[in-house]
Amino acid sequence: MDALADKKKLVVIGNGMAGARVVEEILARGGAEQFDITMFGEEPTGNYNRILLSNVLNGSYKEDEIFLNPLEWYQEHNIRLLAGKKASGLLRRAKLVYGEDGQPEPYDKLIIATGSHAFIPPMEGTTMIDGTLKPGVFVFRSLDDCRQIASWAKGKHSAAVIGGGLLGLEAARGLQNFGLDVHIVHIGGHLMPQQLDPGAGAILKSSMEALGIKVHLQKNTSQIIGPDRVLGLRFADGGTLECDMVIISAGIKANWEIAAGCGLTVERGIVVDDQMRTPDDPDIYAVGECAQHRGHMYGLVAPLWEQAKVLADHVTGKNTQAAYHGSKVATKLKVMGVEVASMGIVEPQTPEDEVVQFSEPKRGTYKKLIIRDGRLVGGILLGDISKAAYLMQAFDRNTPLPEERLHLLFDIGDPPKQVTFAEMSANVQVCNCNGVSKGAIVACVNAGKRSPKAVMDATRAGMGCGSCKAMVADIVGWACGGETEEDPSVHYYVPGVPLTKPELIRAILERSLKSVSAVFDLLAGGKEDAASKPGLASLLKTLWKGEYEDEKDARFINERVHANIQKDGTFSVVPQMPGGVTNPAQLRRIAFVAEKYHVPLVKLTGGQRIDLLGIRKDDLPKVWHDLDMPSGYAYGKSYRTCKSCVGSDFCRFGLGDSITLALKIEQEFQGFDSPHKLKLATAGCPRNCSEAMVKDVGAVAVEGGKWEIYIGGAAGSSIRKGDILCYADSHEEVLKLMGRFIQYYRENAKYLERTHGFVVRLGIERIRAIVVEDSDGIAERLDREIAESKAAYKDPWKDAWLPENDKQFASLLPILQ
Amino acid sequence: MNEFKLGPANNIPPGEGRVYRVEDEKIAVFRTRGGEVYAVQAECPHRGGPLADGLLGGATLICPLHAWKFDLKTGQALYGDCGLKTFSVSIDASDQIILFR
Repeated sequence: MDALADKKKLVVIGNGMAGARVVEEILARGGAEQFDITMFGEEPTGNYNRILLSNVLNGSYKEDEIFLNPLEWYQEHNIRLLAGKKASGLLRRAKLVYGEDGQPEPYDKLIIATGSHAFIPPMEGTTMIDGTLKPGVFVFRSLDDCRQIASWAKGKHSAAVIGGGLLGLEAARGLQNFGLDVHIVHIGGHLMPQQLDPGAGAILKSSMEALGIKVHLQKNTSQIIGPDRVLGLRFADGGTLECDMVIISAGIKANWEIAAGCGLTVERGIVVDDQMRTPDDPDIYAVGECAQHRGHMYGLVAPLWEQAKVLADHVTGKNTQAAYHGSKVATKLKVMGVEVASMGIVEPQTPEDEVVQFSEPKRGTYKKLIIRDGRLVGGILLGDISKAAYLMQAFDRNTPLPEERLHLLFDIGDPPKQVTFAEMSANVQVCNCNGVSKGAIVACVNAGKRSPKAVMDATRAGMGCGSCKAMVADIVGWACGGETEEDPSVHYYVPGVPLTKPELIRAILERSLKSVSAVFDLLAGGKEDAASKPGLASLLKTLWKGEYEDEKDARFINERVHANIQKDGTFSVVPQMPGGVTNPAQLRRIAFVAEKYHVPLVKLTGGQRIDLLGIRKDDLPKVWHDLDMPSGYAYGKSYRTCKSCVGSDFCRFGLGDSITLALKIEQEFQGFDSPHKLKLATAGCPRNCSEAMVKDVGAVAVEGGKWEIYIGGAAGSSIRKGDILCYADSHEEVLKLMGRFIQYYRENAKYLERTHGFVVRLGIERIRAIVVEDSDGIAERLDREIAESKAAYKDPWKDAWLPENDKQFASLLPILQ
Repeated sequence: MNEFKLGPANNIPPGEGRVYRVEDEKIAVFRTRGGEVYAVQAECPHRGGPLADGLLGGATLICPLHAWKFDLKTGQALYGDCGLKTFSVSIDASDQIILFR
């Protein structure tokens, strides 16, 4: 059978930024093998960046510089582009789309991406008798509009823009370049009502006027004056304004006619579900400005990109569970040299909403944040947007804000970080592990890498200890002008399996997948990804415990040979020594091993243990045998150890028995796999000698027979004092609450996310509600999971001198000839 | 070019690598879960990491020391312009690894 005959027909109506983007996403998912793609495009060209039209108008870009997909692109990808042909009708029962010429085009799947057109408010004298716009009246939506405006503007004296929204201001900016007197006529009380409140709008108006643009507010245009061409405007209040041309930029309306004509549900736009499908017809999708999702319509590109990904996932079958949940709208732009950032709502909506505000009209600076439940729900920055990257991220991710609100608006007394990226010298080293400079990151962005992950992969920035990742991401964002592309894999648990952690856990349990190779086979299309293996192994062990089918190759070398690899390929061996407590018999054995195997370095670790460094791989099983002590897990992404101070037995300040607690903790959690290391400590009094307050999990004895439980502390590449989770009355209570938190972290943290990141991401209140107050009703299950993991513990050193594979520890294999 | 018999393929567990000394040279040989074999120089060109201890996924290898990535088919590093020396290697009908050098 002809292979081509198997392909389905995919028709896309619309070749603008939404239509072309969705096709790109489909191609990226192997869609070319599934579909023959045909696109209707009303304009005679390929897809161009509509956002840059005002730059074409003001001459800073040439027309051919704004094309995203030139005509050759369609040829290269075997896409049939019907350029200059508008789709005029749709027959759903026959699955046909009709072009204006009456030519039918059959489809199996249809995507409507018709975008929007300029809304023209009712005004006398807008059109001529034949319905065309009066000479001198323009809209500003396409390259063709751009050309017509430019040719008319030559030699004219003044222009009026009707509409003081973002597009109107951009048009005004373009027109100023022709030497015209430019007026903005706006019906509302302040400029950019979608993005600004009255206070910010007033400051923007002053800034515009300082640049020579005249702003007329609360002016309702009732008539465009002039018999056969524009001579001026008349307002409802009786006033007039002379001008030679008018640009109407009073909002947009979705192009939904083709959908309404065949019975699809249309409200303000074409209604779609979370898969971007019309509810009436499972084979028809809509995307972009023409689509209405959960009552919302979006006119910015970022939401469109998110929609395009979900649509492509769904239509190609790559991920039929993909869902679009709506977008949080944030935008950063420059209007006539004035920098503006805006996100979410512009006014408080409930009496509890907290408003933090700063205004300095003289310098054109305005800042306003709206905070609900400690999280950012709205914000406006005008003039000074140095905090925009941080705030937009906090808004988008819904992360809790620091208590000190002042720092949200200003960088006060902070060390070097406040040097803006523009001021930062190119040779400043950003990643201190891999020696990557700001200049190298910017060069990488300029070479085409547009997402933090792509830049990190290419430059290795952030791939060492990871503490600079946030800064690398900020620099990438700055270098892209805020238009970073999000790599979808940042939401996956591991990059090689396209599922978030909850989705992945569900799939693993439902399909009973107990080995890493089974996960790749059934959830990643059989494609192995080396970097994803250890994360999967860790999760499978957490979920299946004793039933997990261990595959050595899925583990990082440390976990394969239960020791920590060193720079010369030798290993370090750390026996278990909870609380830092040892005895003469153990010390004798350690001394004996150190001499017998010529261990080059014996050293105390930061976790109060003894480290034997420089051991050859071949000697590891013999060393363990001679030590006859359990593994201390000093090599794993797992529970490491619990250190302790002297506690109440000897210390004259001791309030609680921290040593016994440390021993119990080790017995409880030893060998647990987890998303990252877990380092614990117990302290017998608040002097905190064992540093329990800066551990992943810590317990500090306080007066009254109680223990404070700390979580999310860090004192490594990041430094953070932990948050107090709660107080506990006994060792048993401490163990139970620590266990619940640890299990919740194991189930919900991303791979390689330390507890300090996890606690900050979720917020201590949320974690406390789940772990202590059992708000989600899962506490009992978490306790049970811990008990099962504990029961499945096996010391990996125990039988290692009888390895299943006798080649496991051989550093060199013999050859036959 | 000489042919060397390195022994049975199952000396290398699936998805892992092992080092062989062939005359004066150490060579890391890998056997993927898909059944392919690859052979490259034993040490990472960056800081001499033991490549046979790395993580393997398909033909991509991650060095255990600093996570440099290589394509074992070509020896090419996936970032940076350094590469690995590669050797022709196969498994014969009696499941023996044969290396050409």
